[in-house]
Amino acid sequence: MHFTTLKVFTFCAFSGVVLLSGCGKSRENITLAGSTAFQPFAEKLADQYMAKHPEVAITIQGGGSALGIQSAQTGAAQIGMADLVSLPAETSSMKNIVVARDGIAIVVHPSNPIAGLNLDQVRGIFSGTIKNWKMVGGADHDIAVISREAGSGTRSSFEQIIGGLKLTGDALIQDSNGTIRETVANDAHAIGYLSHGLINEKIKPVTIDGYSCCEKDIMAGTYKFVRPVFLVYKEDVSPACHAFLDYLLSAEAQNLLHDNGLIKAK
Amino acid sequence: MNVTGEKFAKFLLTAVAFSALASLLLIAVFIFKEGFPFILKVGLSDFLFSSDWNPQTGNFGIFPMIVSSLYVTLGAMLIGAPLGIAGAIFINEFLSRPAMRIIKPTIELLAGIPSVVFGFLGVMVLAPFIRTHFGGPGLSVLTAALILGIMVLPTVISISTDAISAVPNSYREGALALGATRWQSVHMVTIKAARSGIIASVILAMGRALGETMAVIMVAGNTVKIPHAVTDPVRTLTANIALEMANATGMAREALFATGIVLFVVIMILNAIALSVIKGKRNKQ
Amino acid sequence: MRLSPKITQALAVAILGSATFLTVVVLVFIIIFILGKGLPGVTWEFLSCAPKDMGKAGGILPTLVGTVLLPSMAIAIALPLGVGTAVYLTEYTRENRMTHILRFGIDCLAGIPSIIFGLFGFIFFVVMLKMGWCLLSGALTLAIMILPTIIRTSEEAIRAVPNAFREVSFSLGATRWETVLKVVLPNALPGIVTGVMLGIGRSIGETAAVIFTAGSSLRMPMAAFDSVRTMSVHFYILAREGISNENAYATAAVLVISVLMINLLSYSMMHRFIAKRSR
Repeated sequence: MHFTTLKVFTFCAFSGVVLLSGCGKSRENITLAGSTAFQPFAEKLADQYMAKHPEVAITIQGGGSALGIQSAQTGAAQIGMADLVSLPAETSSMKNIVVARDGIAIVVHPSNPIAGLNLDQVRGIFSGTIKNWKMVGGADHDIAVISREAGSGTRSSFEQIIGGLKLTGDALIQDSNGTIRETVANDAHAIGYLSHGLINEKIKPVTIDGYSCCEKDIMAGTYKFVRPVFLVYKEDVSPACHAFLDYLLSAEAQNLLHDNGLIKAK
Repeated sequence: MNVTGEKFAKFLLTAVAFSALASLLLIAVFIFKEGFPFILKVGLSDFLFSSDWNPQTGNFGIFPMIVSSLYVTLGAMLIGAPLGIAGAIFINEFLSRPAMRIIKPTIELLAGIPSVVFGFLGVMVLAPFIRTHFGGPGLSVLTAALILGIMVLPTVISISTDAISAVPNSYREGALALGATRWQSVHMVTIKAARSGIIASVILAMGRALGETMAVIMVAGNTVKIPHAVTDPVRTLTANIALEMANATGMAREALFATGIVLFVVIMILNAIALSVIKGKRNKQ
Repeated sequence: MRLSPKITQALAVAILGSATFLTVVVLVFIIIFILGKGLPGVTWEFLSCAPKDMGKAGGILPTLVGTVLLPSMAIAIALPLGVGTAVYLTEYTRENRMTHILRFGIDCLAGIPSIIFGLFGFIFFVVMLKMGWCLLSGALTLAIMILPTIIRTSEEAIRAVPNAFREVSFSLGATRWETVLKVVLPNALPGIVTGVMLGIGRSIGETAAVIFTAGSSLRMPMAAFDSVRTMSVHFYILAREGISNENAYATAAVLVISVLMINLLSYSMMHRFIAKRSR
């Protein structure tokens, strides 16, 4: 009697799986994988594109820039999204485009009296030579430096632009834009950096050498903390992929990215 | 049912058991295959005892991470195990049935909350609290141990509760009939009888605490330094793997799998200690 | 100075009671905090629509579906494997060196960080077996992750069944398999259910392993080979990319309530099953 129960259960489970996998893929599939920061933007663009092109099914995955590049290489995804300051050597055999740029804002707590710093001060703070806020004109308290992890595109862009920076061993490390924002928002003596699209009333961006992280200064080249978002893909991807990539560089797509906080590619 | 049915059942079970164990073995093999060559290349003592972690320059010392993982895990167990076991005993032996019916699901509810949520709560609520009242940057050993301790509570409580309630009532009644108070019957009879289940719960919880990544990354601070105070920020082995994995290629990537091996070995040692403690107690009786 | 047993008891109850009280207070605080921050955002639209505008607006319907499908599949795979292994280890083999080593190995695997399981799943299922990011990859990986918990809790539950039960069954002429199925397992059920609860809890709460294997696509999953996003992953992405804290908390609130419902459902099913049997 229990044997029958077992048989029935196995049959149901098996047919369930078969039925589920039966629903076919009659549309062309494009998968993008990689940067979790760019993922939401890619999703929005994909939705717009699919509304006009129902014959294409675009899936966006996350996992991080390194995973994105690896996926594009192994074919798990057609396009890899990577927000790195420059692409690693193993991508030399693939093609890439810059789909957008992202400003990096240096932020402090709103109660911090400091409104602006110069490049040398930023370098000093993040390398640990300047340890106290009073040395740059603020309150007499230790500076809590918050940085991204070693593999982060945001961090490598930040460090490369500052030049000659070796991050202090006392820096606290958080591994995403959102947690950096929360950490700085909850610590009156913290300083960190993140994507400028994430700025809200809980944190305050500081000007660097007098220039702020706004589109005007970034486009003019006076605010230097910007990093590109790359899309990597193999030469032999399908025409549908190429069509989508062209769409991403079109005015409509670029305007959408711009409206949501990124900087246009050009 | 007949002999063939019985033979089939045995065959099926053996097949099931072996495929389950095979899949677990697959993971173990995977980790070792990816990480072992690294240990041979770099040398075990350098890897384990050097404090210099700098993949860019080829330095892979994980000593601070080992120490931090141990501190954080032991801290979590100091909080989670006593509270959990005490809770399990109380719920089972001294609480009324209706109350138990409400409290047990509430506690198990916590098991379903994602570690990221705990981590986020830690960053937003616990870390500032610790910073204001205990000093330090807020992201620290203490914060991580507290969050982890809370996270393992459901595991300890649920499994210990099951072990305790599985003790036959005749044991309790026997003790009471001999004139023991409730408490005496509990600590002299019931707990001893439920001991293996309680230890299993602690071991599983310890494994969970040691292997937890998400919540710890968000609240421990992730600095590569040996902590001198509970309010110092630390980086555990798991956090190191997660933080570096995204960008690691070649040797750096192998280093992370080698860290996985180290974690495995640490867990084996902790479990072995726990088991020998039980055996020791059993022999003493 | 020896205290009288009555006083020791009162002291013990006080201490244990306060420990329990503290635990419950902390846990309730967490639940109330999440619900407090999240429930305001949970509207009917939130539950029935797909995410819009990168997750800043709209709802979480595809993630609800994903959160139901993925752990269910994982349990469907892990439960028979886990309980079967536990039965095999306790009923069909003798306690020897081999079983000790196996048990030890299983315990140790419970401590491997989820990110390694995720990487394994990615390399093995997604890339090597070319399954891509899908429900099946995710479910298989999660199943392996929760297997140790299910095996151990089932094992403890089965061992806790008194031998007398088995002996009576044998003396009535039942075979070992019949005894296991009709006597041992039903009596071990509460413990096995605990293991399942913990396994479901872990599957629902996993993020890194899920992202690497089941992906994080926001589209409604239609087949076992579609990618899914679970609510935990959704929270993970919303919170960490700073997209919307309100929606993140709302998602967490829905998650908490769903887990509560699943737990209550399982318990009521289990109690009904036990009640039916004891008639």
